[in-house]
Amino acid sequence: MITFNNVSKKYGTNEVVRDVTFKINPGEFVSLVGRSGAGKSTLIKMLTGEERPSKGRVIFGQYEVNRLKQDELPELRRHMGIIFQDFRLLSKKTAYENVVFAMEVAGRPQTEIDEVTPQVLDLVGLGGKTKHFISELSGGERQRVAIARAMVNHPDVIVADEPTGNLDPINTWGIINLLTRINELGTTVILATHNKDIVNQLERRVLSMEDGRMIRDEEKGKYILV
Amino acid sequence: MFTTLSRIIKYGLQNFSRNYLVSIATILVLLLAVIVFESLMLFGVIGQKAITLVQDKIDISVDFNEGTAEDEMLKLKSSLESLQEVKLVEYVSKDEALKRFKEKHPEDSDISKALDELGNNPLRASLNVKAYNPKEYAAIAAYLSNDSFKSAIENISYNQNQLVIERLAKIMDIGKQAGFVLTILLAVVASIISFNTILLAIYSNKDEIGIMRIVGASNAFIRGPYIVVGVIYGVAAAFAGILFTSPFIYLASPFVKVLIPEMDIWGYFLSHLFPILGYDLLFAVSIGVISSFIVVRRYLRG
Repeated sequence: MITFNNVSKKYGTNEVVRDVTFKINPGEFVSLVGRSGAGKSTLIKMLTGEERPSKGRVIFGQYEVNRLKQDELPELRRHMGIIFQDFRLLSKKTAYENVVFAMEVAGRPQTEIDEVTPQVLDLVGLGGKTKHFISELSGGERQRVAIARAMVNHPDVIVADEPTGNLDPINTWGIINLLTRINELGTTVILATHNKDIVNQLERRVLSMEDGRMIRDEEKGKYILV
Repeated sequence: MFTTLSRIIKYGLQNFSRNYLVSIATILVLLLAVIVFESLMLFGVIGQKAITLVQDKIDISVDFNEGTAEDEMLKLKSSLESLQEVKLVEYVSKDEALKRFKEKHPEDSDISKALDELGNNPLRASLNVKAYNPKEYAAIAAYLSNDSFKSAIENISYNQNQLVIERLAKIMDIGKQAGFVLTILLAVVASIISFNTILLAIYSNKDEIGIMRIVGASNAFIRGPYIVVGVIYGVAAAFAGILFTSPFIYLASPFVKVLIPEMDIWGYFLSHLFPILGYDLLFAVSIGVISSFIVVRRYLRG
C-alpha cells in the first residue's frame, strides 16, 4: 500500500533522509520513531506530497507520489487523513465546520455530510461542542477535531505527525486510544512520535530513524534508540 | 459543479463576514481608489468639455473682395466643405454681416450714426470655417492661399491669428495627453495600494490556505472563496463610492458652472449614474478579483 524505495531528501548539501526503504501494508499500525531532526517529519511530508524526494520513489496505492503534479496532489490527499502536532485547524470555523470542510472539498453530497459529521464528532467525544470555534476548545479537544476531520472521508491511511506533542498525559492517551480504535476499524495508521511510553505500550510495528537513516524495522517493537 | 460553486460562494461570504474588520478596512482602501477613479472620470469629462468649448471658439474667417459674385463665394464654400479637415463652413453675406454687427452693438449710437452717414454697407461677405482639429487650420489656410482663389479673397484671418491658434492647439494637445497620463498614473497608484491591502488581508489567512491544501482542497476550491470576497469588496466599494461622491459633486456643480457655464456636472452625474456605477464596478471588482487571484496563487505555489 505504501512503499518507500531508496528515498533520499537533500536541502542544499544537508541530507535529511538517506536511502530509506520500507513497505507498509493495509490495516497496519506503524510507529515511526526517532529523535527530533531524525527525518520523521520529512518522511511524512514526502508521503503527503508536501516535499519531493531528491532520489527514490514513494508509492501510495495507485499513486507514485514523487511524480505527481501540484494539481494532482489534492486527489491524493483525499485518500489520507493527516494529523499534526499543532492541529492545523481552520481557526475561523467551528469544530463542525472544520469537519464539514474536509467532506465538501472531497465533493461529498450534502445529505451524507449532514448525517456523518455529527456521528464522527460524537465518536471523538465532541458531540456537545460542535458549534464551538477552535479558539474555544482545549488542546485535546482541538486534536480530536483534527482526528474527526482526518477520518471523516474514510481515508486509506491516517498519518499522525507528533499528534500528542502538545498534550497532557490524559489527553495523550485519549488521542492514542482513538487512533487505535480507528486502526481496529481497518484504517492504516502511521504515528510519528518520540514518546517512548506510547510506542512501548502499543507494541505494534516500529520503524526507527536516526540521522536520516532507517535503522530498525520491528514487528511489535519497542522504542530503542542508541 | 453547482454544488461546488454554491460551497465556494458560501465560504466566500463566511470569510467576508467572519473577518469583518479586515473586510471593512479593505473596502475603505478600495473606496479611496474608487473615489480617485471616479474623480478622474469626471475631471476628464469637465476637461473634455472645456477643450471642446475652446475648440468651438476657434475658426478662421475668409473675407471676400468687394464685387466678388455670390456664386463664386458659394462655390468656394462647397469646395471647402469637401475637405476632410473641415467640420463646418458658414457663409455670411454682406447683409447678414451688417445685421449681426448691429445686433452686437444695439446701444452704440456713434456706430449707428457712422453707418447712416456712409450710406452703404461697408462690411464684406465672408466664410467662417471650423476644422475638426485646430492643428488643421494651417492646411485649410494653405488651401485658401491657392492662386485660383486669390482674386476673390481679400483676407484670411488665420494669417493674423496663426500664433494664437497654434498655441491653443498645442495647449489642448498637452492638456489631453497630461490628463490621460495623470489618469493612468493615479489609477495605477490607487490599484497598487488596493492590491497591497488585499495582499495583507489574504496574508492573514496564509496558514489557512496551507491547511486547506493539506485537507485535499483543489486550487479552485481554495481560490474561489477569495475571489468571491474580492467581488464583494469591489461591489461594496463601487456603491460606497457613488454614495460618497454624490454630495461632493452636488456641492461642486455651481462652482464648475461659474468656470464653464455650459457644464452642469451634477446633471451629467445624474444622467450618467448607471454608466459611472458600471465603470466603478468594473474598476473595483477587477482590482478585487485580480488582486485576490494573484495573491492566492502566490500562496498556492509556496
